[in-house]
Amino acid sequence: MAAAALLRRIPAARAPATALMAARTISDSTAPLTIETSVPFTSHIVDPPSRDVTTTPAELLTFFRDMSLMRRMEIAADSLYKAKLIRGFCHLYDGQEAVAVGMEAAITRSDSIITAYRDHCIYLARGGDLVSAFAELMGRQAGCSRGKGGSMHFYKKDANFYGGHGIVGAQVPLGCGLAFAQKYRKEESATFALYGDGAANQGQLFEALNISALWKLPAILVCENNHYGMGTAEWRAAKSPAYYKRGDYVPGLKVDGMDVLAVKQACKFAKEHAVANGPIVLEMDTYRYHGHSMSDPGSTYRTRDEISGVRQERDPIERVRKLILAHDLATPAELKDMEKEIRKEVDDAIAKAKESPMPDTSELFTNVFVKGFGVDSFGADRKELRATLP
Amino acid sequence: MAAASSSSLHATAAALHGVGAAASSKPRAAAPGARSVRVAAAARRSGSVRARGGMVARAAVAVTCLVFCIPFFFCGRLLHEVLLFEALREALIEEMKADPTVYVFGEDVGHYGGSYKVTKGLAEMFGDLRVLDTPIAENSFTGMGVGAAMKGLRPIIEGMNMGFLLLAYNQISNNCGMLHYTSGGQFKIPVVIRGPGGVGRQLGAEHSQRLESYFQSIPGLQMVACSTPYNAKGLMKAAIRSENPVVLFEHVLLYNLKEKIPDEEYICCLEDVEMVRPGEHVTILTYSRMRYHVMQAAKTQVNKGYDPEVIDIRSLKPFDLHTIGNSIKKTNRVLIVEECMRTGGIGASLRAAIIDNFWDYLDAPIMCLSSQDVPTPYAAPLEDATVVQPAQIVAAVEQICQ
Repeated sequence: MAAAALLRRIPAARAPATALMAARTISDSTAPLTIETSVPFTSHIVDPPSRDVTTTPAELLTFFRDMSLMRRMEIAADSLYKAKLIRGFCHLYDGQEAVAVGMEAAITRSDSIITAYRDHCIYLARGGDLVSAFAELMGRQAGCSRGKGGSMHFYKKDANFYGGHGIVGAQVPLGCGLAFAQKYRKEESATFALYGDGAANQGQLFEALNISALWKLPAILVCENNHYGMGTAEWRAAKSPAYYKRGDYVPGLKVDGMDVLAVKQACKFAKEHAVANGPIVLEMDTYRYHGHSMSDPGSTYRTRDEISGVRQERDPIERVRKLILAHDLATPAELKDMEKEIRKEVDDAIAKAKESPMPDTSELFTNVFVKGFGVDSFGADRKELRATLP
Repeated sequence: MAAASSSSLHATAAALHGVGAAASSKPRAAAPGARSVRVAAAARRSGSVRARGGMVARAAVAVTCLVFCIPFFFCGRLLHEVLLFEALREALIEEMKADPTVYVFGEDVGHYGGSYKVTKGLAEMFGDLRVLDTPIAENSFTGMGVGAAMKGLRPIIEGMNMGFLLLAYNQISNNCGMLHYTSGGQFKIPVVIRGPGGVGRQLGAEHSQRLESYFQSIPGLQMVACSTPYNAKGLMKAAIRSENPVVLFEHVLLYNLKEKIPDEEYICCLEDVEMVRPGEHVTILTYSRMRYHVMQAAKTQVNKGYDPEVIDIRSLKPFDLHTIGNSIKKTNRVLIVEECMRTGGIGASLRAAIIDNFWDYLDAPIMCLSSQDVPTPYAAPLEDATVVQPAQIVAAVEQICQ
């Protein structure tokens, strides 16, 4: 992977200290490593998977790199938003990176993922590139949706990433429809439909879950429980905060969403279950450092102590960093260098994205319909262009 | 023949048969692509030319039955008689046989056979994976249809009554209509959303909805309304093949219309109107059930010396302003007769489009007869007063032609 190639290029003698250690590079070994998850899984009407997760040094370093990239991207997006280059709504994922990275590690690109509007990092995890992400956020032509979607509408069809949806909860029936198509076509793959603790109270979730259970669809409903539905804490919105139990007749698993290895294990388990037996609910206990969106300071409904507390105790990137250092897979300096590289990569991507032009005015009318039928033009008159735009 | 000015529903239904047979346009050419001509039990059928009136048709049938097995080349093609719901079913069967990604789902479409029998027998033919009975969950199953379409299937979503689709409005508006655009063209949503709507026989306010006005401003959605067995089958096939989401409006009272349709395969264009009756004095634009009220009124008008041109607009979004415009240029007067609500309805949009484009050709203000802006009452005379009746159409033509 790119990460491994990048790691190899880091010179062994960047600083006098590392020169003494002579020729020690960051581990890219694929020897198996078994690590225990932070907490055991809690389950509902199913036997939970084991706490022991098999990984490799290379994978751990990939986790570190990918999560750091996502973190850096989101923070850069914060700055761009404050600089008014990103407008409208911008929902940032920092703090929740482990869910995106762990999920991707457990599945293949033939599995489908669909999520709501906090989608930048999942787009990245599915193989999206930084330039098209930033370009889309800034509404440029090089964006993944040609600048016409914005922050809440990232999609990547060739990687089976289905977005990117603004209406809370509406993506879950879509996700069950994706699972239906997988079953219809007899593909041995599953769909992960992500939603939040706020969306968990939407009726259409239960409707879709009912249908998925009846028809045994390979649908995995993943509740990214960051404990706040915008400004409303979960205890104020849900009578039962045990979101993994809400499936009732559908099995569920509660996962520490800040532990990337636990997420990986749970998603692997869920995929096997869904393909064989039908739907399953996963609850990822996670946290977002930013507010709901850039318009929300995030501190009126929770204390700064709480946010910094989670950052100190449970940050997903720090957890992986500790694991890497504990198993001596890299030195602190090497990890710092990696972070510097990532920062530069993100800055370069932003610069490149800024070069991309705004969409042409004619783009206003493309992709309204497929193949036009002449209705790429305006309103009801399909034969003739009626209005001219300034 | 039913009394011309009667407004009872039964008389209207009886008149529909004769009127429908007389007024259908010529069949269009079959679709490109090699599919064999279906020579059904043609030998048994009397494929006589469309008769001009009920009694003449029956006489012709009787005569040809006596000499069955004689080949019939009156129109140069073989015909078979169907009811409108059977025509829809034929379309579904043909398309499902041809394309394995087409499937149907909705409430009671499978084992029950469909509440209006449009999907009768399909579950036995295609199995439970392609004809799916859903729980009563319009919002989510419409969403599931959109999701499956994103992944390359071609779902046909039935709303048992169009009014129930209001529960799925978010999915239809925000996902179905918009995903092609917000994904920058990555996903296409080739769904067909269909179901019966319109004012029926005292079904009550909530089951007499006309949702054309609600859906028409959703970008990315196409809307068509069928009115005869011929165009029902043709439009259904076209809608299934279209890469865009199409809402096909059927009407509760038209399912038992009878007509002879070609055996060989044909498709109607989704964006075209149907010229029902050419004329010179006034262009009457209508669709769905009101087409029959208009034709009933036309008989009276002709007796009084008027020559209306009746166009079934069929395509509610987008409008075929090309053909409509040519008609207006000829007649210079427009009357719109619709069952939709007055406020923000199809007539309102059509009026605006005509004024924008053909103002110079109008000799009189455009008249629009729509349903009253009331919840449809249960009592029969009140229900009749909610929709446009032939007598009102006759009066309107007289007024506009002064």
